[in-house]
Amino acid sequence: MKKKIADILRQRFYGDESPLDEDMIASLGEQPQGLTRSSNEALEALEGVRELRVQRAQEQEHEMYRQIHAWSYSSGVKIIQRLYRILSAVTCFGIVMFLLWTVNTLPPFGDPGNPDNNEVAARYVELGPGETGAVNMVTGMILDYRAFDTFGEATVLFTAACSALFLLKLHDHKDGKPTKTWLEAEYDDRFHEPKNDQILQFAAKLLTPVVLLFGFYVVLNGHITPGGGFSGGAIMGAGLILYLNAYGFKKTERFFTYRTFQWVTFAALLSYAGLKSYSFYTGANHLESGVSLGVPGNILSAGFILPLNICVGLVVMCTMYVFYTLIRKGGV
Amino acid sequence: MQLVQNVPFFSIMLAMISAVVTPVLPRRAAKWLSVGMVSAVVCLHIWFLPFMLSFGGSYNYMMGHFPAPWGNELRAGLLETVIALALSIVMLLSQLSGMNKLQRQIDTPKQGLFYVMCNLIMAGMLTLTYTNDLFTAYVFIEIMALSSCALMMARQVGHTMVASMRYMILSLLGSGLILIAIALTYNLTGHLLMENIHAVIARYAANGAYALPISVIIGLFIAGIAIKCGVFPFHMWLPDAYGYSTSAASAVLSSVVSKAYFFLLVKIFYRVIGIDVVLSDMALNLMLVLGVLSMILGSIGAIRCLDIRRMVAYSSVSQMGYLFAWIGLGSDVGVAAAMFHLVVHALCKSMLFLSVSPLCDASGDSKRFVDLRGAGYRYVIPGIAFSLGAMSMVGIPVLGGFFSKIFFAEAAISGAGWVRITLLAALALSTLLNAFYFMHTVLGLYRKPREGFVRQPFIKSRLTAVTLSVFGAVNLAIGFFAKDIINLITTGIQNLA
Repeated sequence: MKKKIADILRQRFYGDESPLDEDMIASLGEQPQGLTRSSNEALEALEGVRELRVQRAQEQEHEMYRQIHAWSYSSGVKIIQRLYRILSAVTCFGIVMFLLWTVNTLPPFGDPGNPDNNEVAARYVELGPGETGAVNMVTGMILDYRAFDTFGEATVLFTAACSALFLLKLHDHKDGKPTKTWLEAEYDDRFHEPKNDQILQFAAKLLTPVVLLFGFYVVLNGHITPGGGFSGGAIMGAGLILYLNAYGFKKTERFFTYRTFQWVTFAALLSYAGLKSYSFYTGANHLESGVSLGVPGNILSAGFILPLNICVGLVVMCTMYVFYTLIRKGGV
Repeated sequence: MQLVQNVPFFSIMLAMISAVVTPVLPRRAAKWLSVGMVSAVVCLHIWFLPFMLSFGGSYNYMMGHFPAPWGNELRAGLLETVIALALSIVMLLSQLSGMNKLQRQIDTPKQGLFYVMCNLIMAGMLTLTYTNDLFTAYVFIEIMALSSCALMMARQVGHTMVASMRYMILSLLGSGLILIAIALTYNLTGHLLMENIHAVIARYAANGAYALPISVIIGLFIAGIAIKCGVFPFHMWLPDAYGYSTSAASAVLSSVVSKAYFFLLVKIFYRVIGIDVVLSDMALNLMLVLGVLSMILGSIGAIRCLDIRRMVAYSSVSQMGYLFAWIGLGSDVGVAAAMFHLVVHALCKSMLFLSVSPLCDASGDSKRFVDLRGAGYRYVIPGIAFSLGAMSMVGIPVLGGFFSKIFFAEAAISGAGWVRITLLAALALSTLLNAFYFMHTVLGLYRKPREGFVRQPFIKSRLTAVTLSVFGAVNLAIGFFAKDIINLITTGIQNLA
């Protein structure tokens, strides 16, 4: 086998009758006589020769790849796969060991004298509830101290949903008529999705309201108890997906379509941007924001944190649901 | 605080809000909202630049009611302003110039989403330029990575699908490396704000503590950004992605996205790790090696192409190599030259991409050099624009590329020992190769036209004619004002540290 590859390679590159060289010589010999090199025809001829040579070389390269490919499928597949696996394992192992070695030289984990135990964390913990009005310090940090980052994060979800729409969404209508691909996808889903699965429907009937309610509770209490927009939104999204699985698209489409998704994300992100723009602008220009923090621990407290949590929760819920439906059907 | 000092914040919020609003708008409104937003950002920056010149130095902008190590913060300086202005202009001209082609190449219902992605890229570019916080930078790197994938696959053909899949995987690897670097930085310093990290790392460097993790951090940042910019060993996604996506997307990806990532790397070197620490570190040589390799091999790749779009794409690999190599040189002069070339290349490469697509249209929608013969006569304005861009890339005097080559050579001469020799040799060789493939193409455009193609009217589309003329004028202007721009950039770099 080795000999065979060597033969192929030798023929390509060092063989006595390398076709590339012959062609080159032949084509150079064919150059039209009596033309000056600067004339258009001569240039054209030269370019033609170059083009031909490049094409030939590319054809040969393709032929070589094809042969190697054929060989690799017949008997080389095992060797190449094994080599590939070994090499990738060795590379990954090397990188992992190197990074572990690096981690080993870092400050020890959990040591109170570590550099990350500094004035930043101290202020979040000690003054957080007083300054933001949120008893849950994590929420206070992500939605008040570092609200711009969180706006970015919510936008990442929005970006991901839009990219998935870009890639997967089928056009449902063209000139007022449903397109063929869309009808096929629709039929596939209607045909294959579980119909009248009694156990699933009963479980969904019991669970969906509870799950949605719990998700909503987690979102609303984000500034008081552990949780917040991200986790609550994920719970609500899971509830919607459960309902969809049990009852099918026809029922969910009564309350959640592509337009719902569009308008809900639009409204949520726009109100986030509006509220935070106001507080960024007033903060940077040292103006009074005039937002009262209320009594920490009350449901209506902590300034903008409650509406911001609702916005984030809605965006997360819509994104999760849309991902699921897009992968399933190619439409929302 | 004066009203004009809010410009960075206004620009970012304008871009984000228009991205959020676009999906609910009809297609035409989405298009003009995006164009209007970018023009507004350009106007705001034209208002902002004189202020920054007279202001001298930089200032921090608090995002919210809490001061910096606790809250988020933006930072505006001269260099940031210049880069943001240049890249916004590129974005505006690319959007306008690629608009007609885009309407033909992208499915009608999805064109609105294309502008969502453009707005998000604009927001990402502005935030990466202005942020003073490492974690904010990471969040917007994610936004940029996702939206550039979407731009790539906007024109849904096989090549772009494969390319965007490749880009997705590689770009996530790059994001991962950057995230590891940020985590290590946080572990070492306990801060995410650039100035505070800088102070702590300077203290470590003085004691000689944590030398290995700091080297690893620098190496990871370099590798992550190199993957995202498509420098040599990581360039396999690039030719297909730039070569087959719609022309506006290619221009935005090559000139706005990769430049914003690169500027972030420079910012990390100067403001996070501290340029003295970076310069004395071994990991910087990685940049030099990657840069030199990609300068030469990118050009060779461009010579092998039979397709004009892929050739221009490969030339991007070699031009990003220049930027990497001259940062790797490790001197302020080198960084200034690289920043100047960043602006020149952004303006020039987008013009090349956008002038290629009308030329191809005039040659029966073919991108092969054989069919493009004489296309410069068939469609006059794009032909002139392409020649101008190609000449600038090669370094014909008076154009911007000439000055960046001069600054590169000056910076290389100020280097030491073998670095100087390598860089000068690489510059000479790469310029020669550049001249070979670009001039070959330009000569081909002005040869006896190939038969069978129709001559286009002088002004076929007013939009293309106007935007390409403006592009050409901007490229000429950069050459005329090269001295002023490099002075601005040098002052900006001094402020950056």
